[in-house]
Amino acid sequence: MPDGASQVLDVRDLNTVFRTRNGEVHAVNHVSFSLKKGELLGVVGESGSGKSVTMMSLIGLLPSPPAEVRQGQVLFDGRDLLQTDADTLRDIRGARIGFVFQDPMTSLNPVFTVGFQLREPLKRHMGMSKRAANKRAVELLELVGIPDAAQRLKDYPHQFSGGMRQRVMIAIALACDPEVLIADEPTTALDVTIQAQILELVKELRQKLGMAIIWITHDLGVIAGIADRVLVMYGGQVVEQAPVREVFKNPQHPYTKALLETIPHVRGERAERLQVIEGQPPMLGDAPTACPFRTRCPQAFERCARENPARATISPGHDVACFLAGSESADA
Amino acid sequence: MLNYTLRRLMFSIPVLLFISFIIFLILDLAPSDPTGNLPLTIPPEVREKIRESLGLGQPMPVRYYKWCVQFFVNEPLNIWDQYWGTCSFGCEDRLRVVSYVTRSPVVDLIVQRMPQTLWVVGMSYVVGILIAIPIGVISAYKQYSWFDQTGTFVSMVGFSVPPFFSGVLVIIIFSVQLGWFPSIYDTTLKVVSWDTFMLQVRQMVMPVMVLALQTTAQISRFMRASMLDNLNQDYVRTARAKGMKESVVLLVHVLRNSLIPVITVIALGIPAVFGGAIITEQVFKVNGIGQLLIIGIQGGDAPLVQTLTFIFAVMIVMANLVADIMYGILDPRIRYD
Repeated sequence: MPDGASQVLDVRDLNTVFRTRNGEVHAVNHVSFSLKKGELLGVVGESGSGKSVTMMSLIGLLPSPPAEVRQGQVLFDGRDLLQTDADTLRDIRGARIGFVFQDPMTSLNPVFTVGFQLREPLKRHMGMSKRAANKRAVELLELVGIPDAAQRLKDYPHQFSGGMRQRVMIAIALACDPEVLIADEPTTALDVTIQAQILELVKELRQKLGMAIIWITHDLGVIAGIADRVLVMYGGQVVEQAPVREVFKNPQHPYTKALLETIPHVRGERAERLQVIEGQPPMLGDAPTACPFRTRCPQAFERCARENPARATISPGHDVACFLAGSESADA
Repeated sequence: MLNYTLRRLMFSIPVLLFISFIIFLILDLAPSDPTGNLPLTIPPEVREKIRESLGLGQPMPVRYYKWCVQFFVNEPLNIWDQYWGTCSFGCEDRLRVVSYVTRSPVVDLIVQRMPQTLWVVGMSYVVGILIAIPIGVISAYKQYSWFDQTGTFVSMVGFSVPPFFSGVLVIIIFSVQLGWFPSIYDTTLKVVSWDTFMLQVRQMVMPVMVLALQTTAQISRFMRASMLDNLNQDYVRTARAKGMKESVVLLVHVLRNSLIPVITVIALGIPAVFGGAIITEQVFKVNGIGQLLIIGIQGGDAPLVQTLTFIFAVMIVMANLVADIMYGILDPRIRYD
């Protein structure tokens, strides 16, 4: 990527392995990407494609054992997060890199008030007194659009609805003004109208606060609405990376194309069946030596089973890991 | 919460009355004879007279009614008068529940025995819990480490070895071989100085150790399982993602959640420990409540057994109530009104 100076996060050749009783699982293989200041990077892929594991590896949130980050560099603020000691990493987590998780129902501690959970990072990272933290907590709840914020601080998570809890989660993630917000399928567990509200909120907050966001999802519709750039993942690898318009207009990787075809159309003939990608995602038992998508790829040929295609740039800001990309894809 | 507690307390009155009736029925059915321990030379007619003098000639409902009046009306009044030194509602001719064998008021007997039981059994329960909770926390946090494996083994031993074995074992080791602690609990010892306090501590060590082993084995297993359940929860990941220290994650976020089911087990275990201490009290010659109950059963002493069993029943009912209230306090999701 050009313009290296404005990158907040630069991930190079990340490999994460889970050691299980039945051998190793190579969940993340040679993943590289970067995140620019203020950018919203969408990460898509089906379940088990390594989206969440990649992001958790960055910041040491995976339980180890069984997880083990084998190789790679994660450059943040001039240091490699993978080489950083646990204490410094804790200072970064929650303060400079915020997280929002998938299920707001279980992500908040049920026995502590929302206020307590919001004040925690403020006291820990900003050294605030209880009173100052309380004031800031009210501001944060107002920021994420929770009415009657001062009162609601005294409430417990079960007294909030799902959408409200996700707003609280976002408030916690934003508590210390992070430079990067990692949102791991934050709207998947919510119903559609709430999902739209949360998306609106994130768009708005991004403009206000100017942080970079990594948004993990398997919903391409969401991506189309908010992302600047898209990372498509499959089998623990990045198979395509492009600006959001490029992905929808000119998808190169067969998997990206297949994903786009599976989006159901609201208009059009009603009798049409939903499109699916045939087959199952690969078991990641061994380090990949071939293209992970070859068994489900309509255009697979003999070379795909022999070697794993590397990502190659086909136009500025657009790279693809497929042998067919660029050359024959123009007519495909 | 207060409303709920009062409602539960009201409800426990008929429950306890029913229990007392069942206890009375069972004791009445038992073939024991209060004159059984008397010399064989006493002729049967005299024995019959003795039984009649104890009120055993009357029909069962009458005897139950009299026991109820004695226990629920007269004895509380007696305690009231004794405590305040007053004389209310005709205390001169008020009767007491009297033990058949010792001819002493049952309540006085229990008051005499209570301190020993509370000291030894109560202390062992507290010690057991205080040891068990940290063991459970560490075992879960370092699952399958040598600490956890050792803990599992010791718990298994503590769970499966009965106190009449472990009690005798520690007596052989620490009293007979090493001579560190006395093997008999001296009830007459009064703690007045540092030396007598140390003597008291020394004679308590072994019974407390034996009983605490059982408590620890049980509670630490519960604690470990409960911690393991919670360690994988999403909120733990959230706490870590907020950059909280591991000690905070573990001892604030996970511990509070894990204690909820364990507190229930602890509260429900209180009466069971008093019942289970009977054997340990025998082994170490602690003349506490448990020993009193055994003597009462052997002597066919129905008033004593009836009263003690009923007190155990009250404790069980109360422990249930306490467990429910604690649950409501610890878990904000549970509200009783």
